[in-house]
Amino acid sequence: MKLFAAALLATTALGGGAALAQTVGFAQIGSESGWRAAETTVTREEAEKRGIDLKFADAQQKQENQIKAVRGFIAQGVDAILLAPVVATGWDEVLKEAQEAEIPVVLLDRQVDSPDTMYLTAVGSDLVHEGKVAGEWLATDVGDQPCNVVELQGTTGSSPAIKRKQGFEEGIAGHDNIKIVRSQTGDFTRAKGKEVMESFLKAEDGGKNICALYAHNDDMAVGAIQAIKEAGLKPGTDIKVVSIDAVPDIFQAMVAGEANATVELTPNMAAPAFDALDAYWKNKTEPAKFIQTESKLYTQADDPQAVYDSKKDLGY
Amino acid sequence: MSARFLPLLATCAIFVAAYALAWMQYPNILSTRVIGNLLTDNAYLGIAAVGMTIVILSGGIDLSIGSVIAFSGVFIAVMLRDTGLHPLAVFALLLVLTTAFGLCMGALIHALEMPAFIVTLAGMFMARGLAYVLSIDSVPIDHPFFDALSSSYYLLPGKGRFTLIAGVMLLVVLAGSLLIHRTPFGTRVLAIGGDARTAGLLGVPVGRTIVAVYGISGFCAGLAGIVFAIYTSAGYSLATVGTELDAIAAVVIGGTLLSGGSGTVPGTLVGVLIMGLIQTYIVFDGTLSSWWTRIVIGALLFAFIVLQKGLLRIAEGGARG
Repeated sequence: MKLFAAALLATTALGGGAALAQTVGFAQIGSESGWRAAETTVTREEAEKRGIDLKFADAQQKQENQIKAVRGFIAQGVDAILLAPVVATGWDEVLKEAQEAEIPVVLLDRQVDSPDTMYLTAVGSDLVHEGKVAGEWLATDVGDQPCNVVELQGTTGSSPAIKRKQGFEEGIAGHDNIKIVRSQTGDFTRAKGKEVMESFLKAEDGGKNICALYAHNDDMAVGAIQAIKEAGLKPGTDIKVVSIDAVPDIFQAMVAGEANATVELTPNMAAPAFDALDAYWKNKTEPAKFIQTESKLYTQADDPQAVYDSKKDLGY
Repeated sequence: MSARFLPLLATCAIFVAAYALAWMQYPNILSTRVIGNLLTDNAYLGIAAVGMTIVILSGGIDLSIGSVIAFSGVFIAVMLRDTGLHPLAVFALLLVLTTAFGLCMGALIHALEMPAFIVTLAGMFMARGLAYVLSIDSVPIDHPFFDALSSSYYLLPGKGRFTLIAGVMLLVVLAGSLLIHRTPFGTRVLAIGGDARTAGLLGVPVGRTIVAVYGISGFCAGLAGIVFAIYTSAGYSLATVGTELDAIAAVVIGGTLLSGGSGTVPGTLVGVLIMGLIQTYIVFDGTLSSWWTRIVIGALLFAFIVLQKGLLRIAEGGARG
């Protein structure tokens, strides 16, 4: 009887453990982009919603700071660590330390070089899939009409640029009416996007031969929209605009009818991470090693004004 | 004599008081784990700061060390990737290179009578540029000997880790202390830092000493680079930007006079630990912006400069009275 009572006590203690306030350390890269600032804001909100005590450490773009922060979390005995690594290399030792202290680590948004047995799971988007969603939208939207596409690529050689290009091509594969006629890098920036779009317009008979623009991020699309307007054409009607990221500014452009579609790179990597951690804390469920976030498509039909309002205060 | 050690005492008092305050709030902070982390995480900074202390004691400054650390990491990573050399041979080659680099800067500073600030600024750009030329990407280091180095530690009671690189740092502090406080060379460095002209008139070989001082700093930066490479198992040309400024801050908080001639090497270690403690505290708190590290270090620096000015006044007053 006594044994049974003890066992009962032990199970309730274990089961109740997950209900207690958990402490999670979040080692963020920094706030180098609006998206990252939004990720931080959303992670804090998610933690608050779930009653998780979130310890936040900003690495200011330096790996040495980030390793210190993760070690600090381990020393403190947190229940889990979220890590958005500055660089992919150099995590073996500190991940091993976390493992020995039995603290699960979840990678957010970026990957590391270490073997995947050293962390619980990684949450991130699939860059190829994002490009594919954009390509498929265009294929559906133009139907059988012939369509010449110009493409603004991200920074040459960067993995988002390579994968978003590849995905878009997969998305339009099989639709021979859609052709990518020009493709150049706009370095992910607004200014460069505008400049390159100007040259596209000049080269393609003042833009008359262009039916759609695909930009690897919204910032370049916003710059290109400016260039299209200056050339006397109507962005969104004369030239369709589709891009990726879903930052607030592109929704403003959609409200004005100047952009057609964007694929969201969600800043909410924390929700799937906390879900996986909850399951792990409760009954030691090992999640898959990669949790893909949804690449949601937004078009003008999705009430861009409301989306803009919900995103504008996230810190983008 | 007591005035010389007052800044060191102040540094130690601040460290103990700050640790006690942090401990009252977060009892976990007083664990072998945190102490092990403080030594390991700041090993590269500690080693570089010893070199910086010696340079500052001689009345100079070395702005190149952050870049030299980054260069060292990339150099080691690229050499181990592209050649069959043993890591120890690469380390030796690297230390020769960085020491020679320091010696050259020292020679320029002395021969051209250029401000150390300018020469080492040029050195800073050069070393960083060289690192970029070797590789823009972060190069992982994958070598069994290297893995052994990075995972060798002594497990302290309470699961703290006293790592190899922490041990190297403490040895460098010890060696630097002995060199400055127990050898004729150290006395010459302090004399030059106090007043180079007078020291020269008294027969101190100013030129040779200055060149040697920058050579030592280059050596320390190279060693810090090795330790940093072991720490991160990678070489990255964007790493340790601004570490020279952290090192200078540690030296000043450690009680060394920024204008040279007075200070101690052990004080620098305490200065490094104070800076590490501030970062640890901010991580433990978890709500403060990490930029508070900079603000607190700035305030401490300011306080120490004022303290030193005050002590100088008192010392002068005492001498006159």
